[in-house]
Order: sequence, then C-alpha cells, then structure tokens
Amino acid sequence: MNSLTLNNHQTVPVAGIPESDYKTFLDYNTGLIIDHPERHCVLYFGYRTNDKIRLIICIADDNEHNILVSATVVAEDSVLDSFSAKVLAFEKFEREIHENFGIKYTDHPWLKPVRYSYSRADKTETISNYPFYSVDSEELHEVGVGPVHAGIIEPGHFRFVCNGEQILHLEIQLGYQHRGVEKLFLEKKKLIQRTILAESIAGDSVIGHTSAFAFLLESMVGLPLSSELLFCRTLAQELERIAIHTGDLSAICTDIAYQLGSSVLGRLRTPIINFFQEWCGNRLAKGLIRAGYNPYPFTRALADRLTTILDAFEPDFKEINDEISRLPSSLSRFERTGMLNYEQLLNIGTVGMSARMNTLVRDIRISHPYGLYSEFNHEPVIKHHGDVYSRVQIRKQEVLQSIAYIRQLMADLPESAGSPQKPFVLLPDSFGISLTEGWRGEICHACITDHSGEMQIYKIKDPSFHNWLALALAVRNNEISDFPVSNKSFDLSYCGHDL
Amino acid sequence: MLQTLKILYHQGKQYIPDLRAAKVPGIFLGRPEISLEKVDETRLADVCPTNAILTGPVRIDLGKCTFCAECSRLFPKKIKFTTDYRLTTNERSRLIIHEGDTTALILNPDLVRKEIRKLFSGSLKLRQVSAAGDNSTELELNAAGNVNFDMGRYGIEFVASPRHADGIVITGPVSENMAEPLQITYDAIPSPKIIILAGCDAISGGIFEGSPALNRKFIEENHIDLYIPGNPVHPLTFINGVLDLLGIAP
Repeated sequence: MNSLTLNNHQTVPVAGIPESDYKTFLDYNTGLIIDHPERHCVLYFGYRTNDKIRLIICIADDNEHNILVSATVVAEDSVLDSFSAKVLAFEKFEREIHENFGIKYTDHPWLKPVRYSYSRADKTETISNYPFYSVDSEELHEVGVGPVHAGIIEPGHFRFVCNGEQILHLEIQLGYQHRGVEKLFLEKKKLIQRTILAESIAGDSVIGHTSAFAFLLESMVGLPLSSELLFCRTLAQELERIAIHTGDLSAICTDIAYQLGSSVLGRLRTPIINFFQEWCGNRLAKGLIRAGYNPYPFTRALADRLTTILDAFEPDFKEINDEISRLPSSLSRFERTGMLNYEQLLNIGTVGMSARMNTLVRDIRISHPYGLYSEFNHEPVIKHHGDVYSRVQIRKQEVLQSIAYIRQLMADLPESAGSPQKPFVLLPDSFGISLTEGWRGEICHACITDHSGEMQIYKIKDPSFHNWLALALAVRNNEISDFPVSNKSFDLSYCGHDL
Repeated sequence: MLQTLKILYHQGKQYIPDLRAAKVPGIFLGRPEISLEKVDETRLADVCPTNAILTGPVRIDLGKCTFCAECSRLFPKKIKFTTDYRLTTNERSRLIIHEGDTTALILNPDLVRKEIRKLFSGSLKLRQVSAAGDNSTELELNAAGNVNFDMGRYGIEFVASPRHADGIVITGPVSENMAEPLQITYDAIPSPKIIILAGCDAISGGIFEGSPALNRKFIEENHIDLYIPGNPVHPLTFINGVLDLLGIAP
C-alpha cells in the first residue's frame, strides 16, 4: 500500500486517496510512525459511505513538509485490532471512531467515550455515568472537580486518585461543551454561517481556527490568495499568540498567588486585544478573517498605531517577566512541577508549545509553512525540561518572537486587494486539508465534498485533542495543590475538544 | 522591594476612571441603527447568518445578532453599527432594534424585581456558568474584573461557590451535556437570585440555534433578569448592564 502525498492547504480528488484492507492499512500507517519521530498523525476519522465506514488517516511528515493520506473501508459492526496498542497517540482518535460508529477494538487500552456526541452510536452511555478508573483501596482517596469550576472557565470533570496530598492518577472527562459543530458545518450552507461557526469553535483561538477554515475553503474553491490575505492572517496569528500567551502568564501568576505579575500581565494584554478592536471592531478578532477576501485592510495608520503599542508593551513585558524569573517564590512553584519527558510527549502525540516544552519540535510554521511564515526563517522556541517553567519561558519567548515578526511584517505593507464578488463553489468529489499553528499548536480542518460539491463531512481537530492527555500525565506524583498552575500553564481548550 | 515599586511605577494609571462614560477605541461594533432607506428586504435578511434580521419592516434582533456586520458591509446605507456599547435590557422584546431607532437600549423598570435593588445594589456576587460557551465571553467576563475595568469598585464580583452567590451569569447556548450541571449550580444559589444571559449564544443559541446537541429548557423556563448581547460581550457592556439593573446611577 502507499499514501497520497499532499501539501498543506491542498485539495485533491477524493478518489485519488489509496484504499486497502484494514490489516494492510494498520501495518502500513503504524510503520510510518514507529521510530519516525518526524511523523505524527494529524487527523484520523471515519464517515459513513453506503452501509460501511470509511476511515481516512492523515500523517504529517515534518521533514518532507507534506501530509500522507490513505484510507480503508470497514463494516459498521467490525471488531478491529487497534492502532493505539502500537502507537498510543491514536487512543483518542479510535475512541472517537468507537463513539460515533460503534466500531469495537480488540486491544484498545481504554475504549471510553470522548465527548458524548448527540449522534453517538450507544445512547445508553450518558455523561453522568462516565466509567472512571478507580482504585479499590483503604489508603487512597478520590477527588472530583467540576464540571463547573471555581473561576470563569469552561466545564470539564477532573477525577484525581490521591495518596494524601499526592496525585497518583488523573482522569479528565470532557464532552460538556459539545454543540455539534461538525454537523452544523454541513447543515448551515451559507459561507457566512460556516465562517461564524469557525470563529466559535474556540473563542480564544479565533484567528487559528478561522484561518484554517478559510485556507481550506479557498483551496477547495481553487482561489488564488492575494499577498494581502497572507499578510493579514500571518500578522493576526502572531498578535493572537501575544495576547493569549500574555493573558495566560497573568493567570499562571494568579495561580501561584503573585498579585503583581497577575495584574501587570493582565493589563498588558488589554492594548493588544484593543488593537484587534481598532482593526476589526472585535477584541477577540471575530470578523477579521473571511474566506476569499480581507474585510479590514491593514493601513499605514494601523501599522503606526501597532508600532506604538508594541514599543510601549515590550519593555514592561520584559520587566515583569525578568522579575518572575528572579523570584524564588515563583521559581519554586514552576520548576519540576507538571513535568513530562520527550518519550512521553512523543507517545502521546503532543503538539504545539506543549511538545516544544521538552525538545519535541512540532510547529506547523516550520514543518508545513503557510501564509508568510516561509519568509521568516522561523526557529521554534524549544525548551528542555517539560515543566511549568518551560511552558512559562516558551510563552515569554514566543511573545517576544512574535513582536519581532510583526515588526518585520509591517516594514512592507501589501496593497488592498478589494472584496470578492464571485460565488463560493466548492470543487465536487474532493478532499482538502488545512493546518495552521495556533498559539496552542497545530489546528487541523479537513473537508470532503460529494459529486454536487456539497460538504459531505467536515472535520476539526484542535491541538487540545492531543494535549489533554499530556496534562493528565504531567500532574502524576505532584501535590494536588500544584494542579491549578500546571493546568493553566497548558491552558487547553474544552470547547475546541468537545466541538 | 525596590524592583516591585519600580514595576508598579512603570504601570502608570491603568484603570478607566468613569466606566459609565468610557469611550471604546476604534471601530467597535455596538448598537446598530437601521435607516429608512428602501432595500430588497428578503436579500438583506438572507445575508444574516443567524436570522437576526426580521422583515416587514426591517428589524434586528440583538439577542440573535453575532455582530459580524455582514449586513452593514453589503447594505451600508441601510444598517450602520454605532460604537454605543450599551446593549443591555431586561425584556426580550426590547432587544429588537426598529427602523429609525437611534436611542440607547434601556431597562423596563416595571420588570426589575424590587428585592434586587434593595439587596444587591451595594454588593453583588455572581457565579458564572459556561454552558457550551466558546470561551470568548468568558475571557471578557474575566477582563471585567481586571485592573483596567475593575468592576469590583462597585462591589460586583465573580465568586467560586454558588453558595456565596446572588445570581448566575450564563454563557453559551446550553448543551444537553451541561443542562444538568447548570440546573444543579442554579439550585445551589440561595434565593433571592438573579439570572443574567451574556452573549448571543446564551440569549438565543446564536449560530448554534436548532442544534440537536442543545437543551435550552433552563433558559425557557426561568425568569431572565438581564439580557446582555454581544459576541463576545464587551466588558463595558456587561458592567453598565449590571449597574443599570442595580439602579446605580450613571
């Protein structure tokens, strides 16, 4: 068997995806990944065709800068050998396939529900009776947290098994945020409806997800991209990275009770998101990214304004971060807390900054460049300890890196390309895939159209889909009181996971 | 210590002195105004992603509007978004903007329960529940308490426990999977208590309206004290709305 080789943001005829029996499909694709850290699965999903389930796998190759796609067809009541037994990173993809279609696996380590989707195969499974792992012991106790948490934060349930204050095991149960987004993409047929949906996948990653959506649809229409579009999406992505990293650093300070850091970083985020509002009318940049055109030209006046904002931001940002790195009271909370080593990160399939915290280079900006990233000579920020402090330092250094990129971008502003009047018609019988590097990590959108050009399936994968397991493993053997700061240093998305 | 003082000094004054009269920078998309100009109403209504535009005559339902401004982009003479962030009211029908309306939204004083102002105008503690919210309004509600907006100056705060709260602020369209936790949290708040809906998703379901993954029974069956439109809700919209409800004068 072989795979179809695709570039990022490329659309191909769906018939061109090579198909084989399941056993060959399994051996071939696990063979691609085992002992090849440069390859990982960005998307593995199923969809109904006639009475069967077609499974499509997309494996990104970081060295070759491409994506390897292949497929198989199985019966609905199949009992299959799992990918997960060979490559742990597939555990959630296979759980999703099991949840949606009822396909069973002989050797999956824990075939539990993922998000209790309304269209799940087994309706007797409900969110209130999730099968938690538990230990029958006189000494150990369980702590349940959520779904409603103590702050203004999305819902999810954390179940700890503890020995005194020490966490032995954490299981994270999600699904509370499930809104049926992927199905709504098929039902809502207007482009503007789909765009608003993309903006609402995760409200803290509006640029990441909406860009992934826009690039995908543009490739499925066959639309050439203006340099203005590439410019605005690249700049906006880096601005979003600055805003959220800064806000997260503030929240991390809150979790270690460092009030000054919390206040200063909290207020530093304000001018950045207010700039989004000056640019497009919305502090979280909803409305800025549109497929096919750029509704809010980036003018010289806006560039001057952003230069002023960044010039004021940078010294204050550096000053407070230097102070955080100097304080014994913050370092003692950050260092050696919530640690993962390289092998764990690789096995889990961790992506984005959560991978880069311990030498695993996963960064779509360099592995599958899009927008104007190929012009930067981008060097991912890599850390070597995999602890909270590594994640703090990545955020700090990425903010400074993004500022430098934005300054470089603004040296040469593109001409406004105007607005489109062409109707948006998707190519029929096609498959397209789109990867972007949001602030959390790689965001993947994929779409298949039928013979009339209607969307047949729309798949979304937020980086959190991989990374939640990293959090669960990172807090093992930590004190339970260190959980909040570990959690915030990852800051994973609930709605991006639950869809 | 000296370093701490130095950092403090470098921040300057960050708070917004008058939250009731603050101006938002740039091209904020606030309360829309509809002109009397004649347009093809069916075409106009069709550009809206959430059916927020009603026809015969043209009206905009702010409970459904995602403030995407697609209508004003295509019909710039008919619909214009102003920078007025006062979008809050306590009666669902008042969220509908009519042709020619140019005044700010206000509360219906007859619908404000007497005990609200009597008990909560000096101190209001709120419990927030994100019921399938996308984390955008949640971020903005957090921002309402930061050093810039500092709504704590009015004694308005978000608290961790529903037992300490005087009311609930709901974001998101309310998924089936969150319906029960939402009800349990609300039941845990001592009476009298208020319900605030923040964002178009919470008020109407927004872009998710009609999704079979939702369960909006809680919203339909309970008395709502305050509707706060937005996508996401701007901190100034939220703070001014709550101040209006509490009867704290501008």
